[in-house]
Amino acid sequence: MSILINKDTKVITQGITGKTGQFHTEKCQEYANGKNCFVAGVNPKKAGEKIFDIPIYGSVKEAAAETGATVSVIYVPPAGAANAIWEACEADLDLAICITEGIPVRDMLIVRNKMKEKVAKGGKETLLLGPNCPGLITPDEIKIGIMPGHIHRKGRIGVVSRSGTLTYEAVAQLTEIGLGQSSAVGIGGDPINGLKHIDVMRMFNDDPDTDAVIMIGEIGGPDEAEAAQWCKANMKKPIVGFIAGVTAPAGKRMGHAGALISGGADTADAKLAIMEECGFTVTRNPSEMAKLLKAML
Amino acid sequence: MKIHEYQAKELLRKYGVVTPRGFHTVSVDGAVKAAEELGGKIWVVKAQIHAGGRGKGGGVKLARSLDEVRQHASDILGMQLVTHQTGPEGQKVRNLLIEEGADIQKEYYVAALTDRATQKVAIMASSEGGMDIEEVAHSTPEKILKEFVDPLVGLTDAQAENLARGIGVPEASVAKAVDALKRLYTCYMETDASLAEINPLILEGNGNIKALDAKFNFDSNALYRHPEIVDFRDFDEEDADEIEASKFDLAYISLDGNIGCLVNGAGLAMATMDTIKLFGAEPANFLDVGGGATTEKVTEAFKIMLKNPKVKGILVNIFGGIMKCDTIATGVVAAAKEVNLSVPLVVRMKGTNEDLGKKILAESGLPIISADTMAEAATKIVAAVK
Repeated sequence: MSILINKDTKVITQGITGKTGQFHTEKCQEYANGKNCFVAGVNPKKAGEKIFDIPIYGSVKEAAAETGATVSVIYVPPAGAANAIWEACEADLDLAICITEGIPVRDMLIVRNKMKEKVAKGGKETLLLGPNCPGLITPDEIKIGIMPGHIHRKGRIGVVSRSGTLTYEAVAQLTEIGLGQSSAVGIGGDPINGLKHIDVMRMFNDDPDTDAVIMIGEIGGPDEAEAAQWCKANMKKPIVGFIAGVTAPAGKRMGHAGALISGGADTADAKLAIMEECGFTVTRNPSEMAKLLKAML
Repeated sequence: MKIHEYQAKELLRKYGVVTPRGFHTVSVDGAVKAAEELGGKIWVVKAQIHAGGRGKGGGVKLARSLDEVRQHASDILGMQLVTHQTGPEGQKVRNLLIEEGADIQKEYYVAALTDRATQKVAIMASSEGGMDIEEVAHSTPEKILKEFVDPLVGLTDAQAENLARGIGVPEASVAKAVDALKRLYTCYMETDASLAEINPLILEGNGNIKALDAKFNFDSNALYRHPEIVDFRDFDEEDADEIEASKFDLAYISLDGNIGCLVNGAGLAMATMDTIKLFGAEPANFLDVGGGATTEKVTEAFKIMLKNPKVKGILVNIFGGIMKCDTIATGVVAAAKEVNLSVPLVVRMKGTNEDLGKKILAESGLPIISADTMAEAATKIVAAVK
């Protein structure tokens, strides 16, 4: 097993006709069972056409109805990406994965609140991964996103991180010392996003095929601290934690009022301290993440 | 993106928030002319730089005559204004705001910003206006009130009244404060701001509510739909190297250490900086080359890093995913040759075709030091610069 996706998942690609969408759809198709997983694309202007043998539909709803797909991956450019997320949500998909980087925060604020309102009114919940994320992968089964597939190996370690290349770093370290991954999830670096560390940790905790987790965070925002508190009370599996940005200057990425509202808990040092207090094995040396985890198994 | 106070007030006025009358000027004569036009007997001469703490640094002066306006304007224009936000070198004052005096009875703090945890807009207010709000948050957090606004609904009257009464606005002026808060919220949303702060918001003797100072930050992802805000951009207030880097799609921030680093991905870049510190040195910069580490981008990145005279060595850390290590190695070699690199260079490459990449570096004839892990790379560059 794995979390969120497996070899039987059927995927719609929104933005399949753009340069990025095309490039990565081809790579995803080539990976493991990808040929059978990527079943539809969406572009209202090119409905009826095909790309890499994948039929293109006019809307997500139509693509889902025709193919039975339950997941979508979004490469739509920033100005239209939030609408693409909402379209996936209106089509009642299980999961939308938004790779797009550079979406205006206000657009994400509005779409996230619309998604919550839909659920509050009794509508089906569509999970969102991202935006500005590398996607997720269940090794040897399916890869949805832009990560290099070949560094992964099937196994029993979960990886969750905001950052793309830092996720690859953790995965490559694990693979190098012979530890495969159950799933590797990039939740993205934007301030307003979908699944957070806490949500993914919950899934790894419930997944019988995940034995341990590497959780990687960054400066800014309360998410890692929140996840750590949840793990302290609930997590049954060992966790190695790392937070990037001990040397990052304050106030450079976020205005001081942003740091204010999270109660000053969003420096790397503060997050590392909370994670340690919550039972994580934390490291300040990112080269040691996999080695530390192996020692705990 | 940050803007000046006079621009922030222009925006607020556009949305109906009352501010003192005032004029922007770049000259001493302009300052006197502005004061004459404003009339009255008291004026404020305010330095305009993109940093807070201007008053304490001597950048805000009260004038009781036109001669004093002239005196203060000539003192402030051109000065290196040092505040807790500028760093010890300070920021040169090139712009002034000349305003009419205000009858301050009480100072409040109000701000709008996006709250990550609740995914709402937080409207914050405090009775402790005019102070450093971080200090208030630290010592008396109970004096900061917050209302979380659902962007699908907007700031309600009830929420705005809670805040206004909560910070002690007298009953007769509550309606005016509510109006100011609602207009601030609208302005925040419609301009795609990431921070809109009025500190202080004042109560005048006649019961009026006015924005005496204002600060805005904008979401750079949304600037494409706000040409009127892009027009406010003042390049003189920004780091020249950061501007240069952004032209090549490089995210660059200069720091105080002596090891330049060039990395792909923001998270990995921070992790690399942290590793340098862990092994006993300090990074000279943050630099994310992004997904496509092409020869051109790497060359520009080297040039920008090497402009900093403090840089005594460079660490390149690239995770080759879609971009292959041999392509990156070719780029690094070409870039090092083009800039005639004279400081030690450690390259750590991981991922697709890493062996091929290492071979290209080894056979380049350049004294490039190769490393397998971030820790090894940091150890080697720290040793090389000592």
